[in-house]
Amino acid sequence: MKPPPFEYHAPRSLGEALDALAGAGEHGKVLAGGQSLIPLLNMRLVAPAHLVDINRLAELAAVDVEPGGVRVGALARHAAVERSGEVAAAQPLLRQALRLVAHPVIRNRGTVVGSLAHADPAAELPAVLALLKGSIRLARPGAVRDVAAEDFFTGPLESAMDPGELAVSAFFPAPPPRSGTAFREVARRHGDYALAGIAALVALDDEERITSATVACVSLGPVPVLVDVTEAVGHRPPESADWASAARAVQDRIEPEADIHATAAYRRHLAGVLTEQALRDAAREAVGA
Amino acid sequence: MHEITLTVNGVVRQASVPARRLLSDCLRHDLGLTGTHVGCEHGVCGCCTVLLDGEPVRSCLTFAVTVDGHDVTTVEGLADPDGTLSPVQRAFAECHGLQCGFCTPGFLCTVTALLRDNPAPSDEEVLEGISGNLCRCTGYQNIVKSVHRAAEIMAEEPWAGAAGSPRVVPEDPRAGEAGDTSR
Repeated sequence: MKPPPFEYHAPRSLGEALDALAGAGEHGKVLAGGQSLIPLLNMRLVAPAHLVDINRLAELAAVDVEPGGVRVGALARHAAVERSGEVAAAQPLLRQALRLVAHPVIRNRGTVVGSLAHADPAAELPAVLALLKGSIRLARPGAVRDVAAEDFFTGPLESAMDPGELAVSAFFPAPPPRSGTAFREVARRHGDYALAGIAALVALDDEERITSATVACVSLGPVPVLVDVTEAVGHRPPESADWASAARAVQDRIEPEADIHATAAYRRHLAGVLTEQALRDAAREAVGA
Repeated sequence: MHEITLTVNGVVRQASVPARRLLSDCLRHDLGLTGTHVGCEHGVCGCCTVLLDGEPVRSCLTFAVTVDGHDVTTVEGLADPDGTLSPVQRAFAECHGLQCGFCTPGFLCTVTALLRDNPAPSDEEVLEGISGNLCRCTGYQNIVKSVHRAAEIMAEEPWAGAAGSPRVVPEDPRAGEAGDTSR
């Protein structure tokens, strides 16, 4: 289990990194935390000819809390974002989800933007970005573009990122006023990929009636599945909301697959249970907000 | 080949490695430090965990070239230079926190950092902290006990060495007893 050989690039500036990636084109791959890429290399499931290591680009490690949300740089480790009190205050869902990402030791090295660029539908962070309607900033020499989460994730491990582009940051919008978030998942062992997971966002009006309720699903489709369940729960206070109807709405939308870990029917069952739990948690947080 | 310089267990070491050399293999093959064990080589088992600039990381999921110029602590660096075991090592020995010993280097490095950041963890925090390390012998109960025992030893002997953080020069007159495991 050793990685195949590759040409190694160790750029010292963002410009050098973009040039190296542009030169490598479809044969290039970015190395940030490596917690998904290096297992794939070790198992020889991928064999990029060029690896562009961005670990020397300290400028990409920034985590900026802005008035509208949190911007996370490409080299910001999961652990740094998880531990930041400022981030947790600005967007609580990030910490709620990051605690479920693999194990603490993996989070010391893995990066938030790397998890997004990897676009694994079984991963937590793509669902977070989708739920919050965030975006990813992609750069190539002389050009930068922002891609909305709904357009970014195009399939399992597939994204709208073109060969030669670098995901330089991700933006997680702040929650609306009087809203709450929650993340629930079931995994066979703590830290494993979830059999199913649900991220929920519930917002209330001044009379504490639900004005919007949405969930994003993990491991329940080829991409993070976003379901607006506002109609299903009804424009009511959380204590009389129809959570069960929301759970059914989610179960109707998803297309879970069966594998060695769980049947599709079991995943669908989990999706319903987790949707109810996550929505209740999020509503409780919204009432306190 | 890439010429790299690592500070390993406080000693500056140089190696000439291909870019694809994993840090785990660099430590074992190029630097002869075979205390770091290699289990699954895809980040699941935790055997190869070392401290990189004080933080536990998977050395099998890190390229040696990437960490050129950085500081690495392996299991060989946990004990004092005179061979006195660290509190975490002593606790694992006392509480039968190991049997075959294959997973032990990873547990020791992980727990050393865990207790440095959280000197009195709850059961839940211990489980979360060691959740990324697999042991096929002990059933984990004695490992959890070892972590709590190590926390106790560190509270009783604040002068005892904690690798991965700057070593405190002992001023306590009882410092000479640090190696006494009879208590």
